[in-house]
Amino acid sequence: MSMNPFDEIAVEEAIRLKEKGVATEIVVVSVGVKQAAETIRTALAMGADRGILVVAADDVHQDIEPLAVAKILKAIVAEEQPGLVLMGKQAIDNDMNATGQMLAALLGWAQATQAGAIEVAGDKASVTREIDGGLQVIEVTLPAIVTADLRLNEPRYASLPNIMKAKKKELVEKTAGDYGVDVSPRLTVVKTAEPEGRKAGVKVASVDELVSKLKAAGVI
Amino acid sequence: MEFDVVIVGAGPAGLSAAIRCKQIDPDLNVVVLEKGSEVGAHILSGAVLDPVGLNALIPDWKDKGAPVKTAVTSDSFVVLGPAGSARIPNWPMPRLMSNPGNYIVSMGNVCRWLAEQAEELGVEIFPGMAASELVMEGDRVAGVVAGEMGKNPDGTPGPSYEPGMELRGKYVMIAEGVRGSLAKQLIEKYDLSAGHEPQKFGIGMKEIWEIDPAKHKEGTVVHTMGWPLGKNAGGGSFIYHAENNQVFIGFVVHLNYENPYLYPYAEFQRFKHHPAIAELLEGGKRVAYGARAISEGGWQSLPKMTVPGALLLGCSAGMVNVPRIKGNHNAMLSGIAAANAAAAAIAAGREGDELVEYEQDVRTGPIAHDLKRVRNVKPAWSRTGMVGSLMLGGMDMWVASLFNRNILRTWKHGKTDAAATRPAKNYRPIDYPKPDGKLSFDRLTNVAFSFTNHEESQPCHLKLKDPTVPIRVNLPEYAEPAQRYCPAGVYEVVEDKSVPEGARFVINFQNCVHCKTCDIKDPSQNIVWTTPQGGDGPNYPNM
Repeated sequence: MSMNPFDEIAVEEAIRLKEKGVATEIVVVSVGVKQAAETIRTALAMGADRGILVVAADDVHQDIEPLAVAKILKAIVAEEQPGLVLMGKQAIDNDMNATGQMLAALLGWAQATQAGAIEVAGDKASVTREIDGGLQVIEVTLPAIVTADLRLNEPRYASLPNIMKAKKKELVEKTAGDYGVDVSPRLTVVKTAEPEGRKAGVKVASVDELVSKLKAAGVI
Repeated sequence: MEFDVVIVGAGPAGLSAAIRCKQIDPDLNVVVLEKGSEVGAHILSGAVLDPVGLNALIPDWKDKGAPVKTAVTSDSFVVLGPAGSARIPNWPMPRLMSNPGNYIVSMGNVCRWLAEQAEELGVEIFPGMAASELVMEGDRVAGVVAGEMGKNPDGTPGPSYEPGMELRGKYVMIAEGVRGSLAKQLIEKYDLSAGHEPQKFGIGMKEIWEIDPAKHKEGTVVHTMGWPLGKNAGGGSFIYHAENNQVFIGFVVHLNYENPYLYPYAEFQRFKHHPAIAELLEGGKRVAYGARAISEGGWQSLPKMTVPGALLLGCSAGMVNVPRIKGNHNAMLSGIAAANAAAAAIAAGREGDELVEYEQDVRTGPIAHDLKRVRNVKPAWSRTGMVGSLMLGGMDMWVASLFNRNILRTWKHGKTDAAATRPAKNYRPIDYPKPDGKLSFDRLTNVAFSFTNHEESQPCHLKLKDPTVPIRVNLPEYAEPAQRYCPAGVYEVVEDKSVPEGARFVINFQNCVHCKTCDIKDPSQNIVWTTPQGGDGPNYPNM
């Protein structure tokens, strides 16, 4: 199993904040199947301090929806009292891009999503966000939720010696029930379809023909 | 870091060795290195499994939920003509070729299960870690270097560079499969083939199809020969009906073919258009593709398998039984033999020496019994063609099965596969049909279904001893066959008027599926397959 690339970037950023002396402890959390422990171990090998695995599904094909994840994370945040929550902007299996935002709403915290750069000073964070029009810089008061985008950093490799050492780091296993969260799906997939095959194009002999065909198609 | 046993490769041989070591002595420190992103990612095999190895290793495998469930229920050999087919009756074939009691499996899933068993016993398995170098101490193999990551394309350390780590062991077991890269270094360094026949290979290409349930008969095993290869090359196909309406369909081409214009991948694709095969696949969907070289040398080609401190397991030595079309059982048996020898030696205070007991076990025990009887089938095929091998090879196997003696004695293989390639001027290019996108596919589209991926910013792992040879020698002499024998489209000859040679040899290493065919078949033996960084390469689902 491999770590969701955007989460990997978030883990890397957390480690860099610790290396800068801004953070003192990094706790990594994964909500999923038992095998997600391997992913947590990779984060521990990269440099996180301890892990919490919330086993919420038996089968890797069972989707745990963003709201359920956000509710579990809210309960963990209440226990751990972090100064900053970092996560990937979206998971590459369902591309929802919702968990960070929902968590912020549940907690009543500020959110800075699609982060391309983070600067922490005291109880404030200045975050450069990647948006459609370009870059937007906002300031949030900590504790806050920050979700990582592609250009935030390039994650380090988990080296073999560090993977071996990480086996000794703490990894606690919990269930969704331990946090009082029901992970039953609330969303129904109505329809899934492959994109329509490309139809052959039509060659036109002249500009006039092109114009008349465009008119017939109602385009002009 | 020091271990008792260091194993390179989490395939059936390596994992069996790891498990057996811990069964004998739970206190042994055993580590397994695997270059694939996870166990099973680089495993590709037909496959029909004779459970003899599994029974010896974990007798209660059924209770433990091993993914070995699809018993073979029907078994046939078919000779294809261009439009028709003829089934060879089963009764003349020696019993060693029959499959009752055997299972259609995904070796990828079997290895994943073996890895779980190994980890439960305390074996440490590190996927995503490629063993790139041998650690030598004088004449002894002391360990391997693994886990080097993050080199720039020019070989210098990149921004995220991680140096590799030395893993030292009292014994190092090389279980890299066919044409392993470290195995090749050992064979060359210690001249392990001296006095033995050269190793011989085929290329095996495989697709997984989900077919119309009405056409699916779980447990069916079919092997075909004849069309489309005919006299051009040895080989044939396999069609196994596995679980979940899936069919494992594959094609093997013996790599000792002479015509440099032969295009193994295209032969596979056109084979699927045979009416009998097309009928099976119509309405279905191809869900995975991959390729891997397969060992065919058998008994005569087994090199010396031990050096001070290291041993060659499974197909790193070459243990496929060609007429039985299986070798995974021997891989597991060799892992068990290696572990027996290593554990006993370590208990006796030995380390770093030659485990002669292992070689003895392979050459006199169950693996020998399996391989010796069939040793003339492949040479008979190479020398007398398919019909000759059926008759002569078949007769030889029958006598061997009944009387424990091969009346043909031991036939030699002749040249290496690379040396068998003849100059292109003796042949004309073969006109292969275009793929139709429904039954047959172009090579690059299919490669996407191997889910192979390589970090682009790293040195090319396919090394040329002499970078001028492809254009200067292979192109004029052999029409640079790398463009055709590679099942992943890695190698291209691109016209370039700006260079004096007029053409460039392009290596698209990102497409590589780690099959090792180039290392085997390059007529100039100029391409050396080395391992890219760990985690790269195919991500086979259940091959």
